[in-house]
Amino acid sequence: MRALISIALFAALYEATARSGWFAPALVPTLPLVGARLYDMLADGSMAGHALSTLYRVFAGLALAAITGLVLGFLVARYRALERFLMPLVSALMPIPSLAWAPVFILWFGLGNVATILIVFYAACFPMLLNTWTGARAVNPLWLRAAGAMGAGGPALFWKVVVPGASPFIITGLRLAFQRAWIAVVGAEMLAASAFGLGWVIFDAKEFLNTDIMLSSLVVIGAIGLVFERLVFGTLEKTTVARWGMVRAAKA
Amino acid sequence: MGSRLLGAAAPFLVVGALWELVAHAGAFPPRLFPTVEQVAATFIRLTASGILPHHAAETLLRLAVAFGIAALAGALIGIAMGRSRRVEGLLLPLVSIGAPVPGLAYAPLFLLWFGLGDAGSIVLVAFVSLFPVILNSWTGVKAVKEIWIRAAQTMGADERRLFRHVILPGALPYVLTGWRLGLAQAWRILVAVEMLAAVQWGLGWLIFGSREFLNTDVMLAGIAAIGAIGLALEKLVFQPLERYTVVRWGMIAS
Repeated sequence: MRALISIALFAALYEATARSGWFAPALVPTLPLVGARLYDMLADGSMAGHALSTLYRVFAGLALAAITGLVLGFLVARYRALERFLMPLVSALMPIPSLAWAPVFILWFGLGNVATILIVFYAACFPMLLNTWTGARAVNPLWLRAAGAMGAGGPALFWKVVVPGASPFIITGLRLAFQRAWIAVVGAEMLAASAFGLGWVIFDAKEFLNTDIMLSSLVVIGAIGLVFERLVFGTLEKTTVARWGMVRAAKA
Repeated sequence: MGSRLLGAAAPFLVVGALWELVAHAGAFPPRLFPTVEQVAATFIRLTASGILPHHAAETLLRLAVAFGIAALAGALIGIAMGRSRRVEGLLLPLVSIGAPVPGLAYAPLFLLWFGLGDAGSIVLVAFVSLFPVILNSWTGVKAVKEIWIRAAQTMGADERRLFRHVILPGALPYVLTGWRLGLAQAWRILVAVEMLAAVQWGLGWLIFGSREFLNTDVMLAGIAAIGAIGLALEKLVFQPLERYTVVRWGMIAS
């Protein structure tokens, strides 16, 4: 209720600014205009098309990053030689923002999906790898010895002890990776996408001063981000880690 | 000592050698895939002529100004939200709506409103790194133990002293965490913002502008400079801040 009041206040303030005539109406469109534009784009399906191509890019990049991060993370945690080889490279590459690679990827792979997906991959890979690595090392050694004493061999030890034990960290890593990927995909679409995607719509609308289109796409981007953050990852956490009783164990 | 240094350098030597092999094999056009020595020569040439340092200095200045604004404003807003129910009720819904939107999505809008170049890019980066600072400062004030406040009040502390000696030190670790996150956030998008905002100087622009002339060596030299700055931020700012924060957290737990 109180949240609604403050949002209404903010909207009224914006509306007053838009109608005051201090700023060009093309730059500060009124809320009914933005609403009408959003409705039009939703109704004719163009918004859904852009949203789908953005989602395709973000999940292609995220899936690649998750697989790479998981496999490398577990391997690095298991083999010290690999850790000594890979981790210096990771700590050198990690501080480079993924979008700095955008021009290079554009030159190498052209404008379009490949460059965008690679940028997303670069952004999402590191949190996944680091969290898997930390999670696998944080598994209580007592559990490993207990399972070993009860006769668990290599594969059983890995699937029944290490993976569930590391899962809270992995889920956190996935969540972080999604946040990074979501930022990266919007930026990458502005710089490297050719004709589709929510980021591209916003960027393209700037050329024609279509501020109403920009604000409509912003609303959709915010809504999608919120849905995944709250519903998807919240539910994932509840159905896996919390149910396995791993959260408390990891915190203790 | 020597062997340890070699051990640390080994991964980079291996990757460098692989890169050389691919570059010399001629599978890709040399303009798009320059050799390591070409990139190094470009890096040295650009550094000696002062071009690369100029770009880097502008980028760092922008980062410092934008983050400075965000650090100060974010801490003030966050603490005000933590202290006053009314401010919290007013601002929290807006902050929770704005925070999850990826910062770069605002970029074209801010560039229209505040203009291309410095003003637009600094306002945007400051706005984006504001959110983690606000949220953490707010959490920090909320996390100050009720019993400390009551104890201080019993001992006769007035509002000002309560704030200065109890609430501020109690919230400080969280504020520091917020600053760390905010600075990292600012760094991650600044380079992209420079590409979009058509600034005259700046590492992002250096890289993006070289695309027009297929100067892949300049791009990679620019990325190397970005990596070096990022690493320096990590080692000189984030890690000391984290260590300091952890120490403070330890004190709080005891």
